[in-house]
Amino acid sequence: MAQQATLPISGHELPADAQSLKARLRKSERTNKWRAFLFVVPLLLFILITFIIPIGSMLYRSIDNPQVVETIPRTAAMLADWTPPDPPSEDVFKTLVAELRSPPDPAAIGKLAVRINYEVSGASSLFRKTERRLKRLDDAAPYREQLIKIDKDWADPELWAAIKSLDSPLTGSYFLAATDMTRNVNGEIEMQPGSRQIYLTLFWRTFWLSGFITLMTLLLGFPIAHLLAILPLRTGNLLMILVLLPFWTSLLVRTTSWIVLLQTNGVLNDLLVWLGIISNDNRIRMIYNKAGTVIAMTHILLPFMILPLYSVMRTIKPTYMRAARSLGATQWTAFWRVYVPQTLPGVGAGAILVFILAIGYYITPALVGGQDGQLISNMIAYHMQTSLNWGLAAALGSLLLGAVLVLYFVYNRLVGIENMKLG
Amino acid sequence: MAQHEGFVRFDDVQKSYDGETLVVKSLNLDIARGEFLTMLGPSGSGKTTCLMMLAGFETATHGEIYLDGRQINDVAPHKRDIGMVFQNYALFPHMTVAENLAFPLEVRGKGKAEIGDRVKRGLDMVQLGAFGNRRPAQLSGGQQQRVALARALVFEPHLVLMDEPLGALDKQLRETMQYEIKHIANNLGITVVYVTHDQTEALTMSDRIAVFNDGRVQQLASPDQLYEAPVNAFVAQFIGENNRFSGKVKRVENNTAEVEVAGHLIRALPVNIDGAGDTTTLSLRPERAHINPTEPLPNLFEGRVQELIYHGDHIRARVAVLGTDDFIVKMPNAHGHDHLQQGDDVRLGWHVDDCRALDA
Repeated sequence: MAQQATLPISGHELPADAQSLKARLRKSERTNKWRAFLFVVPLLLFILITFIIPIGSMLYRSIDNPQVVETIPRTAAMLADWTPPDPPSEDVFKTLVAELRSPPDPAAIGKLAVRINYEVSGASSLFRKTERRLKRLDDAAPYREQLIKIDKDWADPELWAAIKSLDSPLTGSYFLAATDMTRNVNGEIEMQPGSRQIYLTLFWRTFWLSGFITLMTLLLGFPIAHLLAILPLRTGNLLMILVLLPFWTSLLVRTTSWIVLLQTNGVLNDLLVWLGIISNDNRIRMIYNKAGTVIAMTHILLPFMILPLYSVMRTIKPTYMRAARSLGATQWTAFWRVYVPQTLPGVGAGAILVFILAIGYYITPALVGGQDGQLISNMIAYHMQTSLNWGLAAALGSLLLGAVLVLYFVYNRLVGIENMKLG
Repeated sequence: MAQHEGFVRFDDVQKSYDGETLVVKSLNLDIARGEFLTMLGPSGSGKTTCLMMLAGFETATHGEIYLDGRQINDVAPHKRDIGMVFQNYALFPHMTVAENLAFPLEVRGKGKAEIGDRVKRGLDMVQLGAFGNRRPAQLSGGQQQRVALARALVFEPHLVLMDEPLGALDKQLRETMQYEIKHIANNLGITVVYVTHDQTEALTMSDRIAVFNDGRVQQLASPDQLYEAPVNAFVAQFIGENNRFSGKVKRVENNTAEVEVAGHLIRALPVNIDGAGDTTTLSLRPERAHINPTEPLPNLFEGRVQELIYHGDHIRARVAVLGTDDFIVKMPNAHGHDHLQQGDDVRLGWHVDDCRALDA
């Protein structure tokens, strides 16, 4: 000890050529870094090409608005001085006709028509009709009256307000539409009339149904996970296979089995009628409505709750419960105050996993949801595949993504993401 | 010390887990109020099962368990008012140290002020007054052990059970904690039932020790009796070191047994033998054998030193004698002791009383 104390303490001092030492260290590790990087390059490229770029371009579509600026830029610019409700001046109509007669490419007017149609229904046919008659217009007479004669919609201030509002390569109008809002003729943002509000209701339904499904999976999954965790490993593993079995079955098969079970003339209703619990005329509607969506999704998402719960519960030693009981706690108090708090990381992980999966769920509500069991993702799919309004689909998707991120942030603030255990 | 009716009483208690074999075979045990009793035995000897039956986590298959005169076989664990310290402390990881200590008081519906007061006293008792706001994971093993102890004592139980509480600590800390637990138990006057497989721990802490093997109490005695007067070969072998000879009893008279070992006659104290013709195990503590004794001894044999092992406070000599070559003799490293060399021829001697003739 004494001998050690007399030794000069210089171990932590770097030699004079410290810089070159650092450089040498970096150089010696560079090869390893490059090698590690090369290992992940294929995956990185794969994700970049198949995931990040498409998602990015999709998100960009939610604000992308090139049609008006590219096809009728001067008309749109002139609308800056226009005041509703009268139709714009002859100058504006003159410019419009000139621009429509020389589009940047043959398909441009069609795209423009579709784009304005998103804002004002009927605009698409209006533009097509007008485009066909452009050549027959009398260049000596005022275009204003001629166009209004072709279709009186040319006098509609809403049409002109829409064109005016789209006079920018980037727009928030898809997001307005996605939240059931619109601009009135004066360019002010206001709610859609009640009969045309659909997305907010759908968002709300998506969130509360997802929350309800999360709660159901928690209530059903907690006891199962507990049982799996306390059983001897052999029996536990056997039961775990039963939990995992649905994972190995096609989602479509599972969903359609629910149709077989739950439909009005399905197995469950037959059984209830046979048992005399309900009469043949009063068969319960358990599918093609919210109930169907909830039942099928709860079943399908259950493993995502059970697995994180199980992995956390497995680590909680039974001595904690024994200790609590020896200290005077009843079975219930010991469970509630000692066991449950220790499962919270698993509950949090399972809940956030199920909830995030649920708010983006598409196939199951599409098949068993009927009319009122549809979720927002079904609407996104509709706009992607049927109405082809990709901008609106992208805006809805972005809102969903934003909601998940907000949720993640809140969870991180409340619980701490590092406390989350997925297994 | 031993009262007529024990504070804790096992009356013909049996326990079987599978319905085929008995883990505990007919346990009869009386523990006096204020006593520090240790259940000592190898793993699988049934000692922990007995403790768990007393705590209420296992049910006795047969027999009765009494606490303070009341039969408690069917009393739920949380109604027994027995403090317990677990092997790995079982401190609740999601609560602070103070919350851990407050837990037994809260479930008993104590007032806030009283809880705060008692928690503070409990922490002071184990010298952790400043650690109330820490989480168990932020404490060292020894500190966690103290918290577990304080938690088991904070609700003032009359009986505290400890299940190998020092098993996870290193040797030095274990020794400190042994004294600390002993002192606290003495000061509070509580009854302690302590389970361990560490004989040193049992010897230094206990008033009485119950040595378990094969589901039975082999011997129930104070530490000194247990060490100096083991009643059978298992206890002799399990507690402390001992030199053993197997032999045949030739004659028993005047409280002396003559036992033939490797062609020699050893005079031993008959403890657990039936009489002449019986086979026996002779047990002799290494410190009771004398090398080159100056006084005349009834047992005196020629041997040769095989190995000398230096232990600091004492030196151990491995000697070949009476047909065995691993006879151990402990020599204190005292001023003027004999300096032996490997290969030296020596005489080994011992008293009749120190050599006990036990069951085979």
